[in-house]
Order: sequence, then C-alpha cells, then structure tokens
Amino acid sequence: MKVFAMPLIADLPNLAGVGYKPQHLADILADPGAVKWLEIHAENYMSAGGPPLAQLKRLAETFPISCHGVGLSIGGEQPLDKAHLARLKHLIGWLKPAAFSEHLAWSTHEGGFLNDLLPLPYNMDSVKRVSAHIDQVQSTLDVKMLLENPSVYVAFASSTMDEITFINEVVSRTGCGLLLDVNNIFVSATNQGYSPEDYIDNFPVKHIGELHLGGHLADSDEHGNPLLIDSHNNKVVDPVWALLGRVLKRTGPKPILIEWDNDIPDWPVLEAEAARATRALETAR
Amino acid sequence: MSNSILKNIALAGSVAAALTATTGNVTAGEDAEKCWGVALAGQNDCKAGAGTTCAGTSTVDYQGNAFSMVPAGTCTSIELPDMADGTPRMGSLEELTRDVPA
Amino acid sequence: MSQLQFAKALLDSEHPAPKDLINPKGGPAGKRFDVYRNNVVLSLSDALADAYPVVEKLVGEKFFQAMAGVFVRMHPPKSPILTQFATEFPDFLAAFPPVAKLTYLPDVARLERIRTAAYHAADARPIDGTYLAHLTPAQMARAKLQLHPSLHILSSPFPVLAIWQKNTSAPDIAIPQGGQDVLVARPKDMVEMRQLPTGAADFLRALNEGKPLGEVIEFCEKQPGFDPAENISGLFEAKLLINIKTEGKTR
Repeated sequence: MKVFAMPLIADLPNLAGVGYKPQHLADILADPGAVKWLEIHAENYMSAGGPPLAQLKRLAETFPISCHGVGLSIGGEQPLDKAHLARLKHLIGWLKPAAFSEHLAWSTHEGGFLNDLLPLPYNMDSVKRVSAHIDQVQSTLDVKMLLENPSVYVAFASSTMDEITFINEVVSRTGCGLLLDVNNIFVSATNQGYSPEDYIDNFPVKHIGELHLGGHLADSDEHGNPLLIDSHNNKVVDPVWALLGRVLKRTGPKPILIEWDNDIPDWPVLEAEAARATRALETAR
Repeated sequence: MSNSILKNIALAGSVAAALTATTGNVTAGEDAEKCWGVALAGQNDCKAGAGTTCAGTSTVDYQGNAFSMVPAGTCTSIELPDMADGTPRMGSLEELTRDVPA
Repeated sequence: MSQLQFAKALLDSEHPAPKDLINPKGGPAGKRFDVYRNNVVLSLSDALADAYPVVEKLVGEKFFQAMAGVFVRMHPPKSPILTQFATEFPDFLAAFPPVAKLTYLPDVARLERIRTAAYHAADARPIDGTYLAHLTPAQMARAKLQLHPSLHILSSPFPVLAIWQKNTSAPDIAIPQGGQDVLVARPKDMVEMRQLPTGAADFLRALNEGKPLGEVIEFCEKQPGFDPAENISGLFEAKLLINIKTEGKTR
C-alpha cells in the first residue's frame, strides 16, 4: 500500500462552522455571525437536480464547504460501492470542498443501507480492510480524506488493540488525515470506561484537519453503568468544552464544527454554539 | 392524404388557439386555469428526502412484534362516497386485533 | 464477527446479538446493542415520516411510527441516498391489513412519492411555446415535444389531490366525488400540482413517450371532452415544455 501523495485538502479556516440545515438558509445568508464555514452530508446532495443542489451552489459561493460522507461504509466487510464512490467523485468534482471526511464505521451490508454508523473490532484484519478502503477512496477521489473517530456503545471480544493504536496504524498505511470528534471521545470513553484525557494526550494530533463538537444524551445500561448516546440533538456539554480546550492546547487553532442533526434549533441557538467555539479558539491562539 | 392535411390544419388551429390563450394574456389565460387547474405549490419540502445523519437516537426500545393498533389521524374525517354497489368505501374503524408479523 | 450476523440482528430482535459484542466488563452487550437496533429503526422511521407527511397525518403519528417499524424491517434502504428510500411504501400500504379500509391511502403515498421525485429531479429551463407557430402544419404534426424531467402523473380512482390538500394547505376543502388525474412537476423551485381534465393525462404520457404531436392529438381526440387547444395551452402555461424537436432541428 502506498502512502497517498496528494496534499491534505485543508482549506477550512481555523474558525467555527456548523452542519448546514435547509431551514437555516435565509438566516445564514442574512447574517452568519460566528459561522465562517459549513459542512454538508454528501448523501443529501446526490440528486439529479432540485433546490437542495441550488442552495448548496449558492452557499459554496460564500462559504468554504466541508463535505462529510455518512454512507461509504469504510469499515464494511464487503467491497466499497463503486457506484457510490462515483457519485462522491462527481459531487467533489463540482463542489470542490475544502475538506472531505468519512467515518471509522460501517453502514452497508449486502446492498442494504442501515443508516447508522456501526462499530468494528480493532484488530489487524480491520486495519487491513479499512486501510485498503481508504486507499481506494483517496485514489478514486484524488483527495486526501479525513477519518473520523466514532461514538461506540459496545466493545468487541476480538479487539486486540485500542482505538488510538488502530488509528495510528491506518494513518501510517494510508497517509489519511483525521477528523477528531471531541464529543465522540467523551461518549466512547464514558461508555467503554477509559479516560478521555488520556485519549487526547495520546492522539496523533498532527494529522488533525478538523474538529467536531455535538450534543449527546445520557442513559444507562441494564447494570446501571452510564451509556451515552451520540444524539446531536442538543447543546455541547461543559465537560466536552473542557476536553476541547485540552485538544486545542495540543493542536493550536483548528476548524471546529458544531453538529446538530436532530431537534434542530432556531438559528440563534446554533450560532451561539459556534460563537462559543470561536471563543475557545481565541483562547488557544 | 387529404385527410391528414386536414388534420394538420386542425392541429395548427389548436396550436394557434393555445398560443392566443397563453401569450395573448399576461395573466396566463383564464381558459388555461379552468382547464388545467391552478398550480398548487404547497409547502416547499425542505425536508424531502433529508434524513441522512451521523447522529444516534435515544434508547427507546422498539420491538415491533404484534401489531394491534388502528389508524387514528385525520383519516377519521375523510368520507368518500359509496361505491356503485352501495358498499362503503371506508367503513367504521373497528379495532383490528389481527397480528401482523414484524 | 460477521457483519451479516450484526445486520440481521439489527433488523430482527429475535436474532441474537453477535457473541463478539461485549460490555466494558466483558459481559454480553445487552442494551448497548439495542442502541444500534433503535438507531436503525428510529432513524429510518423518521426518514419515512419526512417523506410521507400526509400519510402520517392521516393515520396519526403513533400508528405511523409503529407501522414504520414494520416497514423499515421489511424494506431497509438499498442506497445511502435517502431520497430514494421507501419507494416500496405505497405498495406496502396496499398490502398492510391494518390500513386495508383506507383504500385511498396507497395513492396518497404515491402522490407524496412523486412529489419527492419531482423535487429532486434534474433541472431544465422551460421554453416559450410560440416557436410552434412558426412551423408549417405538417412540421407541427411531426414535432416531438420534450417535457420537463420532473413531470409525473398520478391517475387515481380517488380524489387524491383533494385529500392531500385537506391535510396540508386547505383543511376546509370539500372532498369531491370520483377520481383525479394529478400532474406533479417542478418547473422551477417549487413542486406544483394540478388536477388534470379529461384526456390530459394520456396527452402528457403520449408526449413523454416521444410520439409526434399530430399522432398524440389524434389519439387523445378519441376521448370525449378532450380539447387539443386547451391542453397545448395548459402545457405552455404550466411551463413544462423544454424542447421542440422537428426533423433534424431542436429548439
């Protein structure tokens, strides 16, 4: 496997962005406030035409756009869907996003799409499969992608390494960049019983091209142990902001995205989250 | 042969009449509205098809086993005329106890 | 672990979670696996409700969610593009016993389905129909009219458009008797719907099949009440004509 030679597409500014929702279009065009860039889910912009594409074209004239895939199934046991890769290539070709990212997860099996980011065991079999898929993505799309750490709810008996060792292996094999989701660290660390601070202190931060923040829900399992759900339906909690501060101390300013996908609030609420991220970035400068 | 010429001339007349109806009138022609109805735009579906997300949902348990519910929305206020043989299009919504395999 | 086993267990609660899945203490994953089960079914149920809001309103939110749980397990998406999800839903409704008495429901779902399809269809710029007037009658008869790619027609034995309106923009509308032919298209930004008069649905379908205008008119005139001029002007007024092909020429 050759290390991908393309430079990382990392034209996102080291400022705050939000996940784009069509109901916010007018507000964004009127006054984006602290929001300096936008992220879209690639799969929502793969139609032949229509208003969503027109809106995206309009927004791309004003804002750097991060293209975030949610359906490539990079962690899948089966080969990547070539038709889907071709659609991504088409989208990236005309949109020319400032970054392209996907998840360390799988979502498709035997042609069926399950609309969730499903976990995989961390062992050498998975390293090889994920690395081969990332290689294929990068060479097909001709961009260096960012791989995002997942929120996980279960562990695997067949895992032989921790998540950071796994990510290091994949990065060294593929040369991909990383998208660090700070809420996902908090969710996974709480669910799996490890220290989120240790995770951050050991993370290969020099490969980070983008940071994510989002809200979650707190639940518990049948034994009364905490079980956090990565719901993206509310504000980022204080412990996650504290972890962001720890990350920024290591990385310096980075592009920070606020993800809010469910129970979507009015624009001022979302913008206020972006403003808080902007303040965190100012502290890190 | 002459028959098809006549048809073509009739067609040309229809096209001419159609153009008068649409372009001869700034308001797009009352005839056209009577004929094809007013365009109903409805809401512009910004949500149509959206739903791809990288978020999880809450842990509400969803088993989907036996199905014994009845529709209880606005359908209760929609009455369609009876069919020609007098059987009702939509009878009363008595409880369905039949289970549907999930 | 096999992802096949994982995927099967996600959609079928009778199917056990893969043994490889554990909680942090090494015990069975239990409720932690149920999070994934719920994510899949609930996120797809929400996507189904987004795509079929009038069906949801007709049967009620609670009933819809329960029915969606049945549907998404039977018909999980084939593609990560969710605008293409649940095309089977109208046929599913037609065969789902708890809604058997709502005979019009599958056609309401068909209307919602083609609204979504029209919304995401390819864009095209409508042309001015006056070009037709510059053709000789013979050229006119042989002309092929290309219609907007977002155009869909639903012919229903039920007053499906009125039912849709009653549940969206016009709650006080009286439901008329008989069926409706509905035209759905998005000539620009908005999805528009129109009730079509007698013969118009056949007229549009025949044009869309690429038949020349003369032949289409001749065919449609066999239906009593069909008026060629009204239908041609309707086509212009609805801004659905995007090209006129005469021999070797396009406009």
